[in-house]
Amino acid sequence: MATTSKTVPGASPIPGARSFLSRLREGDEIARMITFLFAASVVLVTLLLVFELWRGSALPRHKFGFAFFRTSVWDPIFDQFGALPFIYGTLVTSITALLIAVPLGIGAAIFLAELAPARLSDTLEFFIDLLAAVPSVIYGLLGVFIVIPLMRLYIQPALKSTLGFLPLFQGPAYGVGFLTAGIVLAIMVIPYIISVSREVLLSVPRDQREAALSLGSTHWESTWKVVVPFARTGIMGSIFLALARALGETMAVTMVIGNTPIISASLFSPGYSIAAVIANEFTEATGDLYLQSLIELGLVLFLLTFILNGLARLLILVTSKRGSETALA
Amino acid sequence: MSARLRWRKFVSGFMLTMTGVCALVAVSVLCFILGYLVFHGGTSIGWNFFTKLPAPVGETGGGMANAILGSAKLLFLASLFGVPIGFFGAIYLAEFSGSTVAFIVRYAADLLNGVPSIVIGIFAYSMVVLPFKHFSTLAGGFALGLMMIPITLRSTEEFLRSVPNALREGAMALGASKWKTIATVIVPTAYRGILTAVLLAFARVAGETAPLLFTAFGNRFWSHRWNEPTASLPVMIFTYAISPYDDWHRQAWAAGLVLLGLILAINIVARAILSRGSAVPRS
Repeated sequence: MATTSKTVPGASPIPGARSFLSRLREGDEIARMITFLFAASVVLVTLLLVFELWRGSALPRHKFGFAFFRTSVWDPIFDQFGALPFIYGTLVTSITALLIAVPLGIGAAIFLAELAPARLSDTLEFFIDLLAAVPSVIYGLLGVFIVIPLMRLYIQPALKSTLGFLPLFQGPAYGVGFLTAGIVLAIMVIPYIISVSREVLLSVPRDQREAALSLGSTHWESTWKVVVPFARTGIMGSIFLALARALGETMAVTMVIGNTPIISASLFSPGYSIAAVIANEFTEATGDLYLQSLIELGLVLFLLTFILNGLARLLILVTSKRGSETALA
Repeated sequence: MSARLRWRKFVSGFMLTMTGVCALVAVSVLCFILGYLVFHGGTSIGWNFFTKLPAPVGETGGGMANAILGSAKLLFLASLFGVPIGFFGAIYLAEFSGSTVAFIVRYAADLLNGVPSIVIGIFAYSMVVLPFKHFSTLAGGFALGLMMIPITLRSTEEFLRSVPNALREGAMALGASKWKTIATVIVPTAYRGILTAVLLAFARVAGETAPLLFTAFGNRFWSHRWNEPTASLPVMIFTYAISPYDDWHRQAWAAGLVLLGLILAINIVARAILSRGSAVPRS
């Protein structure tokens, strides 16, 4: 893909045959420079963003160092800032979301790629793309008015009476909390998992399936033991992508997590996440250290999603490349 | 049929059914969301919603006229800022650049695309709000525009690249300069794809709330100037949904319905544009 730009022939077959001045007169050089400015501004803005986050969080980085990530006291009055409850909340809600979303999403993707007739698959994919376009504040709205009451009245009591011996499902049923946030996040990321996994599964060459079937395997065995392992890395990519989305998600989580900086083993407990604390406290932050601690949280969030997105892209790329190579061979 | 084979067939049938159930669950969530929103929003939406200012706290009634206009202004600014950078940047990537520069720009765009929206908000705060010492429409537009850049850039580039080389060569063989080729042949050929890309980027940022919380902030009255804080639909939904008033909840549903309706409509139109014939003619 990157090489196609070289195969686009320049105006002159022989490089340098036309002088810089004539290119300037025809406008090519001007067009090139103008569009270059726009392209360069993308890089510039991205660099500036990283720089601003780094510069903006200088105070807490110097004052707390790594203790920022290890301590759990968040006290603006005494200027003590420890990010552990927020990091914990972000991780717990995201992992809960993935535990729900991954089996459902991959199951649905297998159905769309392997079983459903092309027409049905495309129609459902259209709906799922729309689902991915629903803004997060709407998910938050539904979370507040549907999921929270459901959790408080039915799901949490039911979980407590059946699995209550686990520390995960103990404590009073508030409705808000880690589990609720995890469920809302799961609903939000399922479309991403389905969409990407379906693409990856569809890119598995046909002969892989046919070979498995001709050796006498059932439809499910050919899917589960041949097609899915073939697409494994790409599916992992879709999961990382979903994880990055879940970690950075702000509105829906803020509205249902309970906004209390607590570290608790129970999923019923209210909690707090990095994005939620920034959303709630940024405009009210008095004092530089407070504000900059919030910016440092933003930096942490940025780095987390940066790493995950990078891994995701790499994995998806590796799979689709392997698929096309095998298809050619 | 041996017991083992029967078992394998049973497992196959069962698991495949389960995948169907998964797909059904995922899709029914959308139907549920739409149905619930239409039900709740539809009963609480009215003419007042579009024409009135929010009522003072404690009183019932009022609407979100200022938030609708605020969202429109924010999205206008965002498009003004994000679309040109994405569009011209994509032209550079697809038509002019060498592979190294293209890689760097693409990498930066992907990075920007993955930045959590709340972090974009922090960035816009320190770039626009702090220097002007004011929450403003401008800052909100900047934040949203920033989010439009990578989406516009990457998909526009894809569509420009899918224009067959024969068209470029044809135009140049007739003596057109490179920029003329781009302006009169390549971009018009790919315009459907580009339009789709811009519309999808627009729809994506139309529902963004997090970057607006501390850039555009909020406002219960009309925002008269670009450097004043402004209300916007997504932020209104957020504040109204977590408020303790029943009447505000009702209005949050109405606003949710309007916002979702707008976003889904743009999405469907964008996809219709693209599928009404392929993005580029097959050569």
